[in-house]
Amino acid sequence: MQLKDCLQELSNARGVSGNEGEAQEIIEKYLKQHVHEVKKDVLGNLVGYKKGGGRSRNKPRLFFAAHADEIGLMVTRVEEEGFLRFTTIGGFDPRTLWGQEVTVHGKNRLWGVIGPRPPHLTTTRERKKETRLEHLFIDTGLPPEEVKNSVNTGDHVSINRDFTQMANRRYASGKALDNRAGVAALLLFAEELARFKHVSEVYFVFTAQEEVGARGALTSTCSVEPDLGIAVDVCHGNMPRTRQDETFELGKGPVLGHGPNIHPYIFKRLQNTAEENRLPYMTEPHAGPTPTDARSIQITGEGVASGLVSLPLRYMHTSVEVVNLDDLEVMAKLLSLFTASVDKKTVEELRCYY
Amino acid sequence: MLLLEKLVSASGVSGNEDEVRSLLKSELEKKDTGYRVDTLGNILVENPEVEQQGPPRLLLAAHMDEVGLMVTSIEDGGFLRFDKVGGIDDRVLVSRKVLVGSKKTPGVIGSKAVHLQKPEERKKNLRAEDLYIDIGVKGKEEAKKYVQTGDYVSFYSPLQELGHSCYKGKAFDDRAGCAILWELLNEGRLPPFHAAFTVQEEVGLRGALVVGNALDLDMALIVETTSASDVPGSKEHEQVSRLGAGPVLSIMDASVVVDKGMLDTLIRVAEENEIPYQFRGFNGGGTDAGALSLSRAGVKTAVVSVPARYIHSPCSIINREDLHYTRKLVELFVKEVKGKK
Amino acid sequence: MEKLLKELTAAYGPAGHEEEIREVIEEQVKDYVDSCYTDTLGNLIAVREGAGPRLMVAAHMDELGLMVTHVDENGFLRIARVGGVVPHILVGQRFVFSNGTAGTINHEKIDELKELEWSKLYLDIGCSSREEAAEKVNVGDVAVYDQEFKNLGQRYLGKSMDDRVGCAVLVETIKRLPRQLPQEVIFVFTVQEELGLRGARTAGYALEPSYAVAVDVTRVGDTPESLVMDVSLGKGPAVKIKDSSLITHHGVREIMFSLAEKNGVEYQREVLERGGTDAGSIQLTREGVPSGVLSIPCRYVHTPSEIVDKGDVENAVNLLEQLCLYPWKEV
Repeated sequence: MQLKDCLQELSNARGVSGNEGEAQEIIEKYLKQHVHEVKKDVLGNLVGYKKGGGRSRNKPRLFFAAHADEIGLMVTRVEEEGFLRFTTIGGFDPRTLWGQEVTVHGKNRLWGVIGPRPPHLTTTRERKKETRLEHLFIDTGLPPEEVKNSVNTGDHVSINRDFTQMANRRYASGKALDNRAGVAALLLFAEELARFKHVSEVYFVFTAQEEVGARGALTSTCSVEPDLGIAVDVCHGNMPRTRQDETFELGKGPVLGHGPNIHPYIFKRLQNTAEENRLPYMTEPHAGPTPTDARSIQITGEGVASGLVSLPLRYMHTSVEVVNLDDLEVMAKLLSLFTASVDKKTVEELRCYY
Repeated sequence: MLLLEKLVSASGVSGNEDEVRSLLKSELEKKDTGYRVDTLGNILVENPEVEQQGPPRLLLAAHMDEVGLMVTSIEDGGFLRFDKVGGIDDRVLVSRKVLVGSKKTPGVIGSKAVHLQKPEERKKNLRAEDLYIDIGVKGKEEAKKYVQTGDYVSFYSPLQELGHSCYKGKAFDDRAGCAILWELLNEGRLPPFHAAFTVQEEVGLRGALVVGNALDLDMALIVETTSASDVPGSKEHEQVSRLGAGPVLSIMDASVVVDKGMLDTLIRVAEENEIPYQFRGFNGGGTDAGALSLSRAGVKTAVVSVPARYIHSPCSIINREDLHYTRKLVELFVKEVKGKK
Repeated sequence: MEKLLKELTAAYGPAGHEEEIREVIEEQVKDYVDSCYTDTLGNLIAVREGAGPRLMVAAHMDELGLMVTHVDENGFLRIARVGGVVPHILVGQRFVFSNGTAGTINHEKIDELKELEWSKLYLDIGCSSREEAAEKVNVGDVAVYDQEFKNLGQRYLGKSMDDRVGCAVLVETIKRLPRQLPQEVIFVFTVQEELGLRGARTAGYALEPSYAVAVDVTRVGDTPESLVMDVSLGKGPAVKIKDSSLITHHGVREIMFSLAEKNGVEYQREVLERGGTDAGSIQLTREGVPSGVLSIPCRYVHTPSEIVDKGDVENAVNLLEQLCLYPWKEV
């Protein structure tokens, strides 16, 4: 697959939490070429299963999760004049929503812009106050009757933004790269894995509803009952005016998470795989439960050994997120090498780790 | 109480309970007590007789982890920036001795000298992000010999006797519970029960969550340590519990409503045996009871705690009598619920 | 219906202490179901047997309250909240314990309303010493709002409409259902919803339903300068789309819409920005349960004076009845 094309398709696809359908369709198109079975579950998780090699009966079960959903908006009321009031699904900063273009998913799709009252008509004091959701509304430009015919309370709204390749062709910008970048890396990993021998049963899981509380990961981990589970997500890339230790440079490889939420053996093993194969990587300590699917994976059933790999991404939760394609490729390679290296002994070592 | 001293001098910040776990494992092995350690690192001491005897299948649990810090970055000067692991009041951090990483490199938590602070700065409390750990090195490169980002940091505070009947130390929450549990496991004449030494309580009751999924239980009693605030400035109704007034019985906290039957039994056993006890006069905060009570189809749970002043700080204080009575109450409770069917 | 709702709202049952309300409900439903039992946490489970998939219908029995944390030497009680009670609506309110002991809330001297913290509030039960108070009340006892049920004409006013009105809807539906149902329907009156959707979680795990529908109250946006919310009192029950605890399952939601439309039941679409329901818990049990929520619009939720509309309640029963009669497919 062409990584850039795949990422472009994924970034442009709509898939607000709870309505991941369109994004999942594209994922399925790529995924089904590389796995033996694809299933969708109650919450909307898409699960691809690839058999392990060899005849052994108790093959290790590996679970890789990238969340397919993106943050978005939901209509809370259609005003008499046809303007739409809305709330957020997932953590949008209302200050980034001024003048954004959106798609309203009503009976048919409507294009709209998020309008505030224009600066000319507001006082200096009003302009200094931070923008809050109640100051904003969606304007579809349609007469009220048409809006009311098409849009209902509870319809979801996604942000519009065309995927852009940047000056350096390895950099890309778009909406929903949190976590379509992770999704693309996981798909690339599925493709690459064909070139490796592996004894493990591998589950590629594209989870739903991560942005509203890592919900999909909870139920999907429960049904797969894996020996280990790795979340594939994004983390904060370096930007001006941020602290060095809170952010990671783009293009320097994926970031391996560690801390209470991560099994130390998985972290170490991923780190060793990177070192042995001279793959660039960075590490990120998390002092508590991580804001990723790993949070749910670890505490399902009798406990699952969890790992976390992230891609540095700038401007998280805006429509102009930026990632570096090299990082995705390195991540896919890292996950392939890791998977190939896992065998029965690994699971044994994990079991008697403590 | 030798074990308690060993337990509190071990480092065991949530997610890095290795030292405490090793200590308990070797003690269990010495006594030939069978156990297993699960994927998250909880120690489960499953007694096969529990299933044979049938309900109520009882679990006693205490958590091994303590609050602490984690190194997030090493600055050019070799100073370490950190995050808090678990709930710590920023105000207790400054001017502390700490141990960093598995090598237990000593360090101190410093801040800009008061002379150099502007008058406005002095009016504000120091926040964790204003502070750093100084391990006494020339710069970043030298620091890297001793420390990595992600290293856990624990408070340094050896156990010490205080006054006639108190101990000062860190991590009584919940090593006191661990010590009591260990003693009861070695008490030969008790009816059978399961025991769990859990991990990651301080970061969201995460160890107990999976323990509850692993075991088939009817009842769980959590042996904890809770805040005593019988100090100047706390009005009587704000004290939560008092030092020296005996084990603390929770009625409800933010994570659980204690089972009334179990609470009644605890009260009755205490009164019949002249064990002093007090109620926890506060319904905030959470314990492993929250996770265990909601596991599977639900488990009856109760919480008995040793009161401790200055909890979640390097210098907390507990009372020996409280410890003794807490142990006794838990022991008698086990006999009571398992003795009669 | 009025008599039932009055009886249910009057019953004592703060979160964690649902014994009395459970008895009241059990008495109401036991002759209309195949079996009825209480589980470990105290959920009341009423089973209508049937072949095919299993539909779980849940409403929570618990209400808000105040727990006694301390009794002082002059007989005043200090309190902590049980569930989402806010201090500023409490001053001057009457509260009552399960043994009938009543009292009123007031506060220590303060200069501004924003100083009104929990530690400044106390409950006066008319005793003049610790000993006298101890004869009536213990630390750990929980008091609930003491408010009478009133019929306002088209609307009902009272305490704990959240979620006794949901319980009433379940009870009434149980009584109306015919002998034969196309599937098994399990009605669960849950505990400790106000403390974090707790009872529903263990019941959801134990019952392993194929589908779940929770019946609970929701907020409205039709009062003066209220929050933006597209639900009004008197325009029919609401079908939930989203709250902070769940995004309802598309399939379940669509079935609810279409049943309402087919049966001419007026309904509203609900997006609740803050708040959760039992369905949020049930949805995430085991491998996931397709879940929906039928909401009853309610003004002034969590205050001692909640208002619901008669027509909304009646229509909620109609819609729930249709949901039980609808032949749900095997998952």
